[in-house]
Amino acid sequence: MEVTFLIPSPLRAFTEGIPEVALEGSAATVGEALEALCARYPGVRDRVVTEQGEVREYVNIFVGDENIRDTGGLATPVRDGSEIMIVPSVAGG
Amino acid sequence: MKYSQAVRPKRGNAIVMVGTTKGAFLLAAGGARKQWQVSGPHLPGHIVYSAAFDARQGRSRIWLGSMNWAYGTTLRTSDDFGQTWTNPESHPIKFPEDTGQALKQIWQIAIGSENEPDTLYCGVEPAALFQSRDAGESWSLVRGLFDHPHRPSWNPGNGGLCLHTVIPNPTNPNRTLIAVSAAGVYRTDDGGATWQVKNKGIRADFQPEKYPEFGQCVHKVARHPSRPERLFLQNHGGLYRSDDGADTWNDIGNGVPSDFGFPIVMHPHDPDTAYIVPLEQEMRCGPEGKLRVYRTRNAGRSWEPLTRGLPQRGAYETVLRDGMANDELDPAGIYVGTRSGKLFGSANGGNSWQLILEGLPPIVCVKTGLVDEVGSVRRPVPISKSQKKVKAKPTAKSRRRAA
Repeated sequence: MEVTFLIPSPLRAFTEGIPEVALEGSAATVGEALEALCARYPGVRDRVVTEQGEVREYVNIFVGDENIRDTGGLATPVRDGSEIMIVPSVAGG
Repeated sequence: MKYSQAVRPKRGNAIVMVGTTKGAFLLAAGGARKQWQVSGPHLPGHIVYSAAFDARQGRSRIWLGSMNWAYGTTLRTSDDFGQTWTNPESHPIKFPEDTGQALKQIWQIAIGSENEPDTLYCGVEPAALFQSRDAGESWSLVRGLFDHPHRPSWNPGNGGLCLHTVIPNPTNPNRTLIAVSAAGVYRTDDGGATWQVKNKGIRADFQPEKYPEFGQCVHKVARHPSRPERLFLQNHGGLYRSDDGADTWNDIGNGVPSDFGFPIVMHPHDPDTAYIVPLEQEMRCGPEGKLRVYRTRNAGRSWEPLTRGLPQRGAYETVLRDGMANDELDPAGIYVGTRSGKLFGSANGGNSWQLILEGLPPIVCVKTGLVDEVGSVRRPVPISKSQKKVKAKPTAKSRRRAA
């Protein structure tokens, strides 16, 4: 199966500039898919999750149109063909 | 003012590192400190609460603590005065899993003493101390302080529960002093294994017990390098001096318009001279709409306002705890950065001031360095393989130049 991560531009410094990273494997959850992404691109990890393994407060992860905060967090299931979007959610002036 | 990609200081120049809520700016000038080179913004969009310059062992290394709301807090360094910055793949400061804590902010980067040339400290939020013994390659939590029995009872100030001050001792590497808001002053005499609370004589106006063992909202502490047992302290209400390395504190808030304020800075060459910026408690601005630095030249027996060149009408300015710094030149330079984005400097120990920069984002830290070596590092310090070096983002002007 294959899932695809959509990488926000500040994190592309750690994905060789690649905006969409397709991963072949057997990830069943967002957490497992993220682990596979971070194994390939280690610089992504600390920017998406804290040292306690929690998704950072102002980072949103969507599987399709669903924010994983509403669907089980990192345990949210992924399927073949899932698009996983990492989006910073910072507002302000 | 022309902003370059990097500053190019010469040996003997002062550099000033200005951290703001939206990036950092670097400045450099010769001894007269009249003509400033300026570069920035560096790390645009990142909150830079902490900065330090490591000139030990022939280094010319700028350290910045950089926080991005989305992607967390990391350390960045430049060995070429801002031309390029490291961008470590892994955030260097991390709480161990068993603590259950996650790093929020790096409030202080402290350079160890000359006789420990590879030692650095970071004071962070949530309140904890990290140290590096390998020039910043790796960092570890100082467990002796984290496991202190007082820690569960520490309460956050308005800025969060932060360890904002780290003062290594220039002659005794085992003795380090830290300050936490709102817990107060702690000192180790055994290299960090154990920590003693050192708040004797410091008031806590906001508590029923006015002189508790701990819980004081200490805003900043300064130590003089030539007399390490002499300390000055700006409290959340109260000014203090200690002549015994923080064992006891004496009130020196005589003749100031307010004993509330954030920063306190010592004169680099005179242990009797210190500087504060009194703020009134409600607005946390200079009283009467005046930006006044106050100076004592007699160890706190009396204070004098310094106003020449500082705005004295309608100046509702706030200077935060790391918003004032000295340089080591003679005569001494004193710098003040405000939340309204103005940087003032004095090249004569505070007698007169000039506006160096304005229009910056809110300034949250001002730190300085004295450039000892330029371009010829005697003992290069390896950059970790995990620390990817990135060139500063090209400006529109540099792109035009390249074209």
